[in-house]
Amino acid sequence: MNNNELQELIGSWFPNPEVTIASVVVEENQESSDLSTEKNVEKITAKEGINPSLLSFTEEDSEFLTILVKPEHLHSLMKQLKNNPKTQFDYLYCLTGMDWGKELGVVYHLESTVYRHQLVVKVNTEDRENPVFDSVCDIWKTAEFHEREVFDFFGIKFNNHPNLKYLFLTEEWEGYPLRKDYVDEVNMVIK
Amino acid sequence: MKTEAEKIAPTATNINFKSEEYFVNMGPQHPATHGVLRLLLTIDGEIIKKVEPDLGYIHRSIEKMCERNSYQQIVHLTDRMDYLSSHINNEAVCLTVEKALQLEVPDRVKVIRTIIGELTRIASHCLWWGVMGMDVGALTTYFYGFRDREMINDIFEETCGARLTMNYNIPGGLMWDIHPNFVKRTKEFVAHFKTKIPEYDRLLTGNIIFQKRMKGVGILSKEDAISFGASGPVARGSGYSCDVRKHHPYSALDKVTFNEALKTEGDSLARYQVRIQEMWESLSIIEQLIDNIPEGDYKVATNTVIKLPKGEYYQKVETARGELGVYIVSTGTKNPYRVKFRSPGFSNISLLNHIAVGGKIGDLVATMATLDIVVPDIDR
Repeated sequence: MNNNELQELIGSWFPNPEVTIASVVVEENQESSDLSTEKNVEKITAKEGINPSLLSFTEEDSEFLTILVKPEHLHSLMKQLKNNPKTQFDYLYCLTGMDWGKELGVVYHLESTVYRHQLVVKVNTEDRENPVFDSVCDIWKTAEFHEREVFDFFGIKFNNHPNLKYLFLTEEWEGYPLRKDYVDEVNMVIK
Repeated sequence: MKTEAEKIAPTATNINFKSEEYFVNMGPQHPATHGVLRLLLTIDGEIIKKVEPDLGYIHRSIEKMCERNSYQQIVHLTDRMDYLSSHINNEAVCLTVEKALQLEVPDRVKVIRTIIGELTRIASHCLWWGVMGMDVGALTTYFYGFRDREMINDIFEETCGARLTMNYNIPGGLMWDIHPNFVKRTKEFVAHFKTKIPEYDRLLTGNIIFQKRMKGVGILSKEDAISFGASGPVARGSGYSCDVRKHHPYSALDKVTFNEALKTEGDSLARYQVRIQEMWESLSIIEQLIDNIPEGDYKVATNTVIKLPKGEYYQKVETARGELGVYIVSTGTKNPYRVKFRSPGFSNISLLNHIAVGGKIGDLVATMATLDIVVPDIDR
């Protein structure tokens, strides 16, 4: 599947309520035998049909198609991506914690071993005090260790993680070393 | 009326051999963990109930260090991750930077990188084979493996100036040209090593004790291999075709023909056989390229201060242990905003609990040997 087809398919899982309402209204108007509006309904592309408050697509600044999804829909999107027979993203090859300065986030690199297409999913939150996302351990087992690594270095917590505790750091460690605002005057060389 | 002796003597009903689970520390200073890796074992007698790796004893926070270094400096840090594939790690970073700059390196660079990469793989597998035998009690293999690895290290020393952390790649090409002896000595090594792999087989692979230690132990299914993000020989021993060199070829790997070593059994023996097979394939790749190194420059000029365009760049390569990914986020300055190394060892160690549970402690050592763990690669 190429990026356009992927975008169309994944977008159709998150329909834009406004578009649906609009098309219903148009259908009702069909009784007044206006054939031109019927064609307009078919022309509504998936891109416009996506609910922009749930997720958005971009191909800018990256070689992969990138999805930015809202935290509350992360798990359902991931589950679909893995289980849908047309996408089958069964290989989570990279899970990265990110500090974007203002926001904290996680980046998921996915690949399908069947179709060999690739995809990037991003999720961000502005809550730096208590950032929480849903865990994807139940979908890909590799996420268990990778999420613990993110928890160590960014302090991002994961709901429903079976064993969320420090993997690399000692238990009494203070702060989250890979955050941009982390300060360690003794051990860090700042240029 | 019972006597005192009768009262305390065990009868069929009051015997209660309650089995108790208890913790045992394996490592961080244990020869079979090949570095400072601590495993918390929950065992019931000899049977393993749970293996919990405790990492971080050699964590140097390379990702954080990258954020304050220039792109040329990052290359040298990657040597210290998987030190047995140092050339391939360097290559991964250089490829990422070159991809971001849209820099096409000369064919000569690509071919030399691939030849040295495959030599690195053979050297790494030689070392693995030596210590693998040692882990299951065959001390002799250590000396045979190191004898052949030494020849490769000598070739590296002549060309790169170092034996282990080579630093031969730079963004844009190579540090300097190959040594005049490089082709001759590489050919000598290939001819030599072709007679030695059969020796490895005679010495260890066919050994009945070794076979019994390996067969049917530590079984990993294909589905689990994918789900755990396994890569390299560990995944290919389970029949999961994941060779980056095949699926996403880089450097000169699209110009050569080779077979991806695959086994479907998924046990320790399968992982062992995949690595032996890979040594043959690497020899074949070297043979195809060594007589056809194109003439030309060994590097293209880059700016002294490299600034990557704003964006995100990902490049994966196949190290001796599996898939190494380099993920660079740039904001357009001379330092990367964030660098992430997706190391093969980290994903491979996460499945250790899955395949070791239910086995014996002795088998855990053998299973870990077939995972081919390099701890600095896990900790980074």
